[in-house]
Amino acid sequence: MTLPPLDLRLLRPELIVAVGAMALMLWGARGGQDGAVRWAALVVLAAALWEVLALGAAGEGAGAMYVRDGLTVVLQSTALLAALVASALGGRYVERAALEAGEFHALVLVAALGAMVMAASRDLIMLFLGLETLSIPLYVLAAFARADLRSQEAGMKYFLLGAFSTAFFLYGIALVFGSSGSTALGAVAAAPPSLLLRVGTGLLLVGLAFKAAIVPFHAWAPDVYEGAPLPVTAYMAVIAKVGAFAALLRVVPAVLGASRNEWIPVLGALSVITMVVGNFAALLQTGIKRLLAYSGIAHAGFMLIGISAGTAEGAGAVAFYLVAYALMTLGAFGVILMVERGGEEADQVADLTGLAWRSPPLAAAMAVFMVSLAGLPPTAGFMAKFYVFTAALDAGQTALAITGVLTSVVSAYFYLRVAYTMFTGEPRPAVVFVGGRWVTAALIFSTAGVLALGVFPAPLTAFVRQVAQVLR
Amino acid sequence: MSLPLLSTLIFLPLAGAAVVAALDRRREGTIRWTALCAALLALAVAVLIAVRFAAGTAAMQFEERRAWVAAAGIAYHLGVDGVSLPLVLLTALMLPLGLLSSWGSVTERVKEFTISMLVLETALLGTFLSLDLVLFYVFWDAVLIPMYFIIGLWGGPRRAYAALKFILYTATGSALMLIAVIALYVHSGTVLGARTFDLIALRALDLPMPLQAWLFGAFALAFAIKVPVWPLHTWLPDAHVEAPTAGSVLLAAVLLKMGTYGFLRFLLPLFPEAARLFAPLMATLGVIGILYGGIVSWAQRDMKRLVAMSSVSHLGFVTLGAFTLTVEGLQGSLLQMVNHGISTGGLFLLVGVLYDRTHSRRLDDYGGVATLMPRFAVVATIVMLSSMGLPGTNGFVGEFLILLGAFRANPAYAAWAAGGVVLSAVYLLWMYQRVMHGPVGSAVPARLPEIGGRELVLFLPLLALIFWIGLYPNALLRRSEASILAIVERVQPAARPVARERP
Repeated sequence: MTLPPLDLRLLRPELIVAVGAMALMLWGARGGQDGAVRWAALVVLAAALWEVLALGAAGEGAGAMYVRDGLTVVLQSTALLAALVASALGGRYVERAALEAGEFHALVLVAALGAMVMAASRDLIMLFLGLETLSIPLYVLAAFARADLRSQEAGMKYFLLGAFSTAFFLYGIALVFGSSGSTALGAVAAAPPSLLLRVGTGLLLVGLAFKAAIVPFHAWAPDVYEGAPLPVTAYMAVIAKVGAFAALLRVVPAVLGASRNEWIPVLGALSVITMVVGNFAALLQTGIKRLLAYSGIAHAGFMLIGISAGTAEGAGAVAFYLVAYALMTLGAFGVILMVERGGEEADQVADLTGLAWRSPPLAAAMAVFMVSLAGLPPTAGFMAKFYVFTAALDAGQTALAITGVLTSVVSAYFYLRVAYTMFTGEPRPAVVFVGGRWVTAALIFSTAGVLALGVFPAPLTAFVRQVAQVLR
Repeated sequence: MSLPLLSTLIFLPLAGAAVVAALDRRREGTIRWTALCAALLALAVAVLIAVRFAAGTAAMQFEERRAWVAAAGIAYHLGVDGVSLPLVLLTALMLPLGLLSSWGSVTERVKEFTISMLVLETALLGTFLSLDLVLFYVFWDAVLIPMYFIIGLWGGPRRAYAALKFILYTATGSALMLIAVIALYVHSGTVLGARTFDLIALRALDLPMPLQAWLFGAFALAFAIKVPVWPLHTWLPDAHVEAPTAGSVLLAAVLLKMGTYGFLRFLLPLFPEAARLFAPLMATLGVIGILYGGIVSWAQRDMKRLVAMSSVSHLGFVTLGAFTLTVEGLQGSLLQMVNHGISTGGLFLLVGVLYDRTHSRRLDDYGGVATLMPRFAVVATIVMLSSMGLPGTNGFVGEFLILLGAFRANPAYAAWAAGGVVLSAVYLLWMYQRVMHGPVGSAVPARLPEIGGRELVLFLPLLALIFWIGLYPNALLRRSEASILAIVERVQPAARPVARERP
């Protein structure tokens, strides 16, 4: 067997990120200054983003295993955007906690690379490569605070459960290959339905549901989010979601081909229980990291509505949702990164008490993120939900849309409570501001993004509708 | 027309908020005057629109239409007609009054309070002027956020609970309305050829029946919670009692009208068949609200709670008027929205004036205020008589038209609702007597400063309007007539509207 010729020009964004990651790792190990390393990481990511946009929908490569189409452009931009914001957010924390800046930024880049590969996969093997490239750096990052037992525990937990899910995914690939004779998504779509194919598809979905933290495969998320260092949690919450939903957007239309009516109700049911469990469990949280973990689960449920719609419109809605989710979640974590309680992470909701009167802009930003997470206008979160609900109703999935809006109301309760906490009471004396320029810049960017997508959603809407050209 | 007047009106307060945000928080005087100027400018624009408004046509005026999200069929479409014009004027009037009233009561975090109020005005005006369902929804829901903070941060002791209850109640209603909005959009594609959220286009849809009833239900729930229609009113007393005076004034005068405005603007024209089907139910709920609100008001010992519960009764009239589906009923309903804004807004301002001086709202603590504050007593008398609907005041015209419409729809409605008129006299006079007459109460200090200056400026426009509308209601009725006729013709295509009697 000869390998197909590889057109490296198509892979420029991935190559930039991969080479950049290796260079940063080496530079950091050779004593590169933390600030300079962070600058370099941002430049690499920005260059890759530029390339993604410049290349556009350029075609396919690697023997049709890899494709650069509208969906790729949208999802890779989202992944790179998330990595950019997360790098800016994380830098100062990494320096403060005396972590290895070179390794941190290199791992962030590699995880982004994994999500990018997943977004561009048209073959299960390629998808698996991307999934592993995404996951392994995240396991390491979760355990990145070597001196902190909680971080160690989080890393171990994430690794064990993640390894299981990867195994499910791999086993699913094997069964799908066994029944259809191919790992190419196009060929899988055309394969006649069989029991083996169904089981294989089910296992694939289980693997991805783990990554996306979809109920009932979500149990790891709150513990891992809580234990991992804050900037890692922020990044993980977003990039894992981008990768997993990129894969779902690629896989689901393919496997739905023959047995659409069997899988749509399954996805719909997963979506409903994910929204219900995520939003109701978040009601009980007092820790901000756990709250945002359940919030992340709930939002996976909302995004799954778009997947369950099984239409191009639904796919576009999911892409829009991912961008909105990335900005508002990173922003919310960014606000927490601005403060510290007695030299530790200010990870309790109560730590935010009264901070509005010490820093009104910070509280205003948090209010914007919380309003957006709750899905109230005029924010990105509202438009995102509006699009997925529209897609659901368009596909006749009224029950999904109704569950979605009602659980959104529930979510308003705990999100607004966080914002309200900032405006009321006396600040805790142990809580101090430790932000810095980079976190501030990332916060301004996220706030502006969340508001801009809420008030002027037209450009991004048109951008994500590109995916409609890809999916039928 | 060069300047888009409606957009100017909507975004003037927001621009004011941006200016205030840039000011130093310690310069409270500058902040207050800047905000007041922005709100007064908006009022000037609103008046300009009213003056240029052409009566006698049901068409939308000053229309602005631009693509907003072309890919999703959402447009930035604004317009004003006889239904929205009175409410726009009411909003533009109440905002400066609310700001002015807060000068004496809100002393902490003035900057944030002022910004919240101005953002609230933008959202409210946008709600009344939007002709695209998504745009409407965005403004409608955006109202919640500043109001949440106004109640939650500057409110009374149980403010956190009241603010959350307010937002959860209303958000539940609007959530289902969002589904209905999208369902309309999806359905419009199959009927109109192109999908649209445009209200004007959607009014031409004749929806099939089960769907129409469902969508009516979703919209009606959202509006009925906002109004609030009995039995969905339980958020209202808490929100009113805990909110600061300015918050209560705006809540009563304007926010509740969002619901009743929704009846006239969306429910009746979009779902005429379902409206006919459910009109007896809605009218009955309105009547129950009139009586229930009146009786419960009578039993209150807290002045603010009393005024809050009286809103349930008054808005019962508005609901009843809208669902008589007659020209008189609808006109009365619209007029009563404005009247309730003026009189109940005024009552909350009066309670605020007293509370600023005594820090008590308990009726038992009061007595003999009339001897100490004679000028205040005069103002209070006029506002109360207007709230009772005494002839010569604005309240009479509205209630009379509603009862007339109710009588034509079903005499039983009118008979029961008339009981509400009596009840309102009972609880208001009872309150007046306890506060104003008798021996001086325990909470009343020996020297009670008389209202003057700023506080007088608060009440003068309200008093002027009470008599102006009471004696010359045609200024408003003439402008709304054509739009109301169009709604009634849409709902009751068979019925020939008869000549309207003018009191």
